[in-house]
Amino acid sequence: MTSDLTRLTIAQALESLRKKEFSAVELVTRHVRKMEQLRPLNAFITETAEQAVAAAAESDARIAKGEMRTLEAIPIAMKDLFCTKDIKTTAGSHILGNFIPPYESTVSQKLMDSGTISIGKANLDEFAMGGSNTTSYYGPVENPWRSEKFPDKKLVPGGSSGGSAAAVAAGVAMAATGTDTGGSTRQPASFCGIVGVKPTYGRCSRWGIVAFASSLDQAGVFAKNVEDSALMLEAMSGHDVKDTTSAPQAVPNFAALLKHDLRGVRVGIPKEYRVDGMPQDIIDVWEKGASLLKDAGAEIVEISLPHTKYAVPTYYIIAPAEASSNLARYDGVRYGLRKEGKDLAETYELTRAEGFGAEVKRRIMIGTYCLSAGYYDAYYTKALKIRRLIANDFTEAFKKCDVILTPTAPSSAFAIGENSDDPIKMYLGDVFTIPASLAGLPGMSIPATLDDQGLPLGLQIISRAWDEVGMFRAAYALEQALNFTAKPALAKVAA
Amino acid sequence: MTIDAATVKKIAQLARIRVSDEDINYYGPQLQNILAWVEQLGEVNTDGVEPLANVSEIPLSLRADVVNDGNIQQDIIKNAPEAVEGFFVVSKIVE
Repeated sequence: MTSDLTRLTIAQALESLRKKEFSAVELVTRHVRKMEQLRPLNAFITETAEQAVAAAAESDARIAKGEMRTLEAIPIAMKDLFCTKDIKTTAGSHILGNFIPPYESTVSQKLMDSGTISIGKANLDEFAMGGSNTTSYYGPVENPWRSEKFPDKKLVPGGSSGGSAAAVAAGVAMAATGTDTGGSTRQPASFCGIVGVKPTYGRCSRWGIVAFASSLDQAGVFAKNVEDSALMLEAMSGHDVKDTTSAPQAVPNFAALLKHDLRGVRVGIPKEYRVDGMPQDIIDVWEKGASLLKDAGAEIVEISLPHTKYAVPTYYIIAPAEASSNLARYDGVRYGLRKEGKDLAETYELTRAEGFGAEVKRRIMIGTYCLSAGYYDAYYTKALKIRRLIANDFTEAFKKCDVILTPTAPSSAFAIGENSDDPIKMYLGDVFTIPASLAGLPGMSIPATLDDQGLPLGLQIISRAWDEVGMFRAAYALEQALNFTAKPALAKVAA
Repeated sequence: MTIDAATVKKIAQLARIRVSDEDINYYGPQLQNILAWVEQLGEVNTDGVEPLANVSEIPLSLRADVVNDGNIQQDIIKNAPEAVEGFFVVSKIVE
């Protein structure tokens, strides 16, 4: 039993709470203290320490009465894209800087009902648009990891859910919510050396998640290991009448099902994912992952996903098009910032000019252009057709395999400020995560190794729609075989 | 396809975002580059391919068209920059 409660997994903490080895208040207070110590990471936009400690006292009362819930008293970070009743929700944007939701998102409500306690609203790229958490109006988030080669450089945690990933990696939160539109949970998990899960589109309700690209947006999970991520996802999943795209599918008991041997499981290796200029460390860990899965009893098969190279440009039509439509609601009338003009049209223009940052404006304008008269078919309809071809590629591939193994990202974490002048270079950071997003498939990243700079690299497991169980099983077996135990120096600071 | 200054201005106007000349010089080349980059999609033969709009392929459910909350006027206007007697206030739009 370690004395540092911030190093425990959820499963360990629940066991100890059950045995009354420490109290819920102690567990939450230690994490809150660590959040305060690590403020320089800028992982949180709003801290909710007071509410968290009060909720922990209620948890202790429940535990005393023998009414412990499945995730009782587990301190988590809530991405500031989930609307939380009476707690400011900014989406990382100036335009929602004073927005206090009068309602609770379905996913955050479900997590509260399971007993989790949110210690704060985690920083993110503005409206979840970005891959480095540098587009937040509230400043960039720092990755708790540092490169051994350039120890003075502050690194990005990835994005868009960078605050959530940094908080879990540093041991500030035991788990966190993210969202994943094109890789916003999986890529930061890879950069921060933790587990990140994007479930099947429709597995979780999107109700109360500030919308970015509705046909792609899904809630996501960050955790320290596969088992914890399965516990969290189960609590967050399920049909919701408030979101017509949430699916009436039964939610399996993910955590109970994940320890299962891989004999007979076919693991696909897509040849198109071996992209030009991929660092040798990433090629090596991908091969190592395949060989470990083979040792665990799986069969390795080469597969082809022929439209892979078109996935990122397809995404950068569809996501901005949906964003330009979704973000039309920020007009300075019903909520958020208002910048008064001489008439209503000018009020709209000034409000949006001041309220949105550069990346958001860039995407709104791209989307507006692609949807405008004369260009709609050439861009938007064309992209939807290629989206079909990408989804079909996976359907074909899954005739030959049961899960797919790929690297999560084409690099490890880079320095804050790098890549920011070149949108396309930044967009290509999601080259391995976007295809599964376009196809609506579940995917998760697990930490695999450290590269030549001592920075974490993740491997991604993709499965068929609704087969999160298959994904978790492969991920769990791989996690056991990889035995990745490295932690950033900051996580070792006792709280 | 070229994204000149007039096009940037037109797009920004459609998107209701005020842009300065400096903004136009900043966004213009970026939009041009991004749109030139997505042109590669033209290589893909999509004849006869049905556009994919609903990826989960689960039919969207309908609910009864009835009021299922109500009496939340104060909640709705709570975040308004300006509200009077339960209404959102905007600049005069009819002369």
